[in-house]
Amino acid sequence: MTERSDKSSVDVAPETPDTPGGVVPQTPETPARSRPPSVLGAVAGAPAWVRYALLVVGLAVALWLPNGLYPAVAVDIACWALFAVSVDLLLGYTGLLSFGHAAFWGTSAYVTGLVAIHAGLPFPLAVLGGALAAAALAAPIGYLAVRRTGIYFAMVTLAFAQMIYFVANEWRGVTRGENGLQGVPRELAGLDLSDEYYFYYAALPIVLAGLFAAWRIVNSPFGRVLVGIRDNPARARALGYPVHRYKLTVFVLSGFIAGLGGGLFAIGHRFVSLDVLHWTTSGKAVIMVVLGGIGTLWGGLLGAAVLVRLEDWLSFSGFDMIGLVTGGLFVLVVLLFRRGIWGSAAALAQRWGAGRRRPH
Amino acid sequence: MTGFLQNTFNGLVSGAFYALLALGLAVIFGMLRVVNFAHGAFYMLGAFGAYILLAEVGVPFWWALVLVPTGLGLFGMLLERAFVHRLTRLDPLYNFLLTFGLTLILQDVVKSRYGIQSSPYATPAELGGSVDLGLFDFPTYRVFILLFAVAVCAGVWWLLTHTRIGVVVRAATERPELTRAFGIDVGRWVTPVFGFGVGLAGLAGVLAAPMRAVNPLMGADLIIVVFAVVVIGGLGSIFGSVAAGFGIGLIQAWGEAYAPPIVAQTLVFIVMAAVLLLRPAGLFGREESSA
Repeated sequence: MTERSDKSSVDVAPETPDTPGGVVPQTPETPARSRPPSVLGAVAGAPAWVRYALLVVGLAVALWLPNGLYPAVAVDIACWALFAVSVDLLLGYTGLLSFGHAAFWGTSAYVTGLVAIHAGLPFPLAVLGGALAAAALAAPIGYLAVRRTGIYFAMVTLAFAQMIYFVANEWRGVTRGENGLQGVPRELAGLDLSDEYYFYYAALPIVLAGLFAAWRIVNSPFGRVLVGIRDNPARARALGYPVHRYKLTVFVLSGFIAGLGGGLFAIGHRFVSLDVLHWTTSGKAVIMVVLGGIGTLWGGLLGAAVLVRLEDWLSFSGFDMIGLVTGGLFVLVVLLFRRGIWGSAAALAQRWGAGRRRPH
Repeated sequence: MTGFLQNTFNGLVSGAFYALLALGLAVIFGMLRVVNFAHGAFYMLGAFGAYILLAEVGVPFWWALVLVPTGLGLFGMLLERAFVHRLTRLDPLYNFLLTFGLTLILQDVVKSRYGIQSSPYATPAELGGSVDLGLFDFPTYRVFILLFAVAVCAGVWWLLTHTRIGVVVRAATERPELTRAFGIDVGRWVTPVFGFGVGLAGLAGVLAAPMRAVNPLMGADLIIVVFAVVVIGGLGSIFGSVAAGFGIGLIQAWGEAYAPPIVAQTLVFIVMAAVLLLRPAGLFGREESSA
């Protein structure tokens, strides 16, 4: 994740008067080499029954969600969960902060909307088309972006996403500019999905498929190589892994998963506006990941749920400084709570339950 | 021909803003290895600072030109001590995220108070009208911006090359470990340099107030273009950032004049893509020991 050669384990951060000599203080908060805590899935070390129990609980929550919240909010949470997980695939498991993922979320939203409006296909097919378009866009952007790492990668993805935003803004014939795409239909075998409650269940298989794909990627040999690249790129290269190609592959897969979320978002809202491509949208997904816990797939789901619920509650109570609250919350998390909700919970559980496993 | 010259001149003027902002980003990055996402928000605060001073206190433009960057510089130093400083030992991405969060806060605070409409700021009377430069008339205020920005960049260049602090900043930019190995106390300079970079962003904001719409989101999209500029120039190179700033300003102005808007808007990113293909470290950057 850092732009640093392997031979210097001293941070390139400036020295401070209170820690002379640039010795990195080792606190539990800052693991060696100052990477985000490496907690694979955050439950990787847990016994199998814990992981299966979590899966069952997660599924139960997913099935119950629209009964406990407003169905429209539940739909939003499901879409953003896909988005957050796609960002975490890169940030948590490959060490690449994509600050431009709105490009894929938004492109898919527009393509899905256009396909649904003009071709009248069932909505899952429209979403699939949108996600494929997002993946197709992720290929060239990823090809250029993976040539840089660390902070440069973040800036480059941010810039390319802004380029897509400008294109959409100018290309009014297709995107309808400021007005956006209106009246995106929800077609599925003649079913009446106008109620969000039923639409949630119609969309759930797609959401679960996307989440399952992310889970498979992380727990595959391919995913292990990604973590190896994250932890020590030079070593991965020395072992003969084509690092660029691995990064590009996961970037395209991640774009596809973000596209699934963006497509469902378009169908769910029946409306697509330029906001879906703006960098603040990319930022929102990053906030969710950090809030939930970097490098823990569960964290993305949790972060999405918390943030969507929070914003919904704030706007419902007529409070108009949403940016202040989310920004403030985010600053606090980055300063004091870098493991996020899930990461902290997992660390606690580890310390409390499995004293035999030393957390790394 | 006249049209071309006019476009070139306007390109240099918008390039001046890019250059000032990129310069601040590069100086901060050189010293702290922090990419300051909030740089666009500080630019916006600079413009609002000028607006508030004039509209609510009655302080004229010339005083704003001094007071606002100074005030923002102090504010920046405060933020560095309070927040940024706590994360400098960690991965640089954390500070990127932190300053992103600060951006959301700053934009929202200004928006809640002043709305999203643009606040009008009159061009100072001394700089109204236009100057006849032989070929045709240039707006005086734009000539002033260009001269002023070039003078500021030259001044910063002089500071970097002729003062002790400048040498430290340049050394820390190019070879951070070696600088420390020589026993130079880099830490002492971190906070002032961060404040200085923020002050530069504020200065650009004050200059922008009479010329551009003063609103809470004026820095939001601009900063992304500036990121592209520093990727093109190479963040590790202070000169490269300034040169790329003026260069992109020119390219954009020519694009707006002679190409469809969709091309003009995306030119900077196309240039960035080309640079990434040909010289990933940036035009003036050196390849870092990146893994």
